[in-house]
Amino acid sequence: MSIARKSVVWGLFAAGGTLSAFLFPAIIALFLFVAAGRVPPGLEFDSAHAFVSGWLGKAVLFVVISLALWHAAHRLRVVFHDFGLRKDKAVARAVYLVAAIGTLMTAFYLYSIH
Amino acid sequence: MSKRQLQLEVLRYDPEKDKEPHFQSYSVPCEEDWAILDALNYVKENLDTTLSYRWSCHMMVCGSCGMMINGEPVLTCKTFVRDLPDRVRVEPLENFPIERDLVVVLDDVMEKLQRAEPWIIRKDPPPEDREFTQSKASLQRFKQYTMCVNCMCCYAACPQYALDSSFIGPAVLALAHRYNIDSRDQGKSERLDILADHDGVWQCSFVGACSEVCPKGVDPAAAVQQMKVDGAIEWWKQKLPGGKK
Amino acid sequence: MSRQPYVRPISRTTWYMRKGRYRRYMLREVTCLLVGFYSFLLIWALAVLATGSAERWDAFLAGQQTLTMKTVHGTALIYYLVYMTFDWFKLAPKAMAVQVGNHALPPLAIIIGHYVAWAALSLFVFWLTGVF
Repeated sequence: MSIARKSVVWGLFAAGGTLSAFLFPAIIALFLFVAAGRVPPGLEFDSAHAFVSGWLGKAVLFVVISLALWHAAHRLRVVFHDFGLRKDKAVARAVYLVAAIGTLMTAFYLYSIH
Repeated sequence: MSKRQLQLEVLRYDPEKDKEPHFQSYSVPCEEDWAILDALNYVKENLDTTLSYRWSCHMMVCGSCGMMINGEPVLTCKTFVRDLPDRVRVEPLENFPIERDLVVVLDDVMEKLQRAEPWIIRKDPPPEDREFTQSKASLQRFKQYTMCVNCMCCYAACPQYALDSSFIGPAVLALAHRYNIDSRDQGKSERLDILADHDGVWQCSFVGACSEVCPKGVDPAAAVQQMKVDGAIEWWKQKLPGGKK
Repeated sequence: MSRQPYVRPISRTTWYMRKGRYRRYMLREVTCLLVGFYSFLLIWALAVLATGSAERWDAFLAGQQTLTMKTVHGTALIYYLVYMTFDWFKLAPKAMAVQVGNHALPPLAIIIGHYVAWAALSLFVFWLTGVF
């Protein structure tokens, strides 16, 4: 008997959940502002590009997006289980793979912005 | 003033005669201050002596009389007829096999209780010529988790236990947590090895139904979440140099 | 006397429909789909920024202004606030046992702390992006 590796998974889930609980409403609200035709000046191309070019912007976005992806993946795994789909190993592999791909894409795009 | 007539729909099951459980109706004249347990006792004494159910203290300390009343897991000595509608559905605790009538098989939970190692574990020897002192603040830390009466209403409410009975479950985890945060105890690491395994704490998805139905205010959901945090931290502690593995 | 315990069957796929508290739990859990959706929307935004083209960025922003996306963002914001953020804050005190002297810190204090921090953080993000 030993502490399962699930404790690491849960830790990331909890961190990602806390981060997205605090931050995502503002992010969704920003998308809503844009949708309503009122693009905030900080989201115009020049300022947005400047933000993600800096190391701070990259670090923040990488942490936020990857933790949020991890949270969503783990929770989706539980959702499948709760909806009656019992193939937990297969579901886990699939959701964590998507989260990993998303994380790699984030890293790649952030890296290629200067 | 005439007594209120309560219509009890009780789930019956005779393992020697029945293939399946079935409902049986009883009409019970109730005093105003009765608990539903008193109505059941009336049935047993006056209407149907074959009805089987567990009860003992009639004062919410023994945990014997847990049942489903109108679909909610409650202590029947704590659920008063004045708070119930005229038709009351009485069933055995959910998520447990039915032994007979309102009696459920609790072997699974009894076995799990031992796995929590619910006793003070010491690595250091006890103090030699004085007792172990514990401050009020230290007691306050874990006192609510000592209030569990093992009624198992939390297991009846927990959907994860319903879906997979290998889950250790709320009461056992709350009990383990009670010892983990007791200042006299030194067994947290050992208990976490058992309870933070794959069929332990991680099967909880924080539905929170256990704490909602707990008749003693133990709040097992809180205990389980805190144990998840402890488990996550402990995992890293064990990986560091000087840790166990 | 012979024992023949009876196991009551439950539906793996519809158990949550039987009680309000289980239905609300499922509504809470599926907010992960919103987290995933907006995460990938952010990744898409990064991909557009990475092209270095202001036109493509403006097109991406314009793409959010369709009636469909307006509805999506509006509905998502409300659903997310109710079933993710507010629920997360309500449950947060359970995971932290904070003791002040001889008494446990009341959960309400922790919840209010979360709301204050959330408001401050959201305002900071709005200020950073020039909303006001």
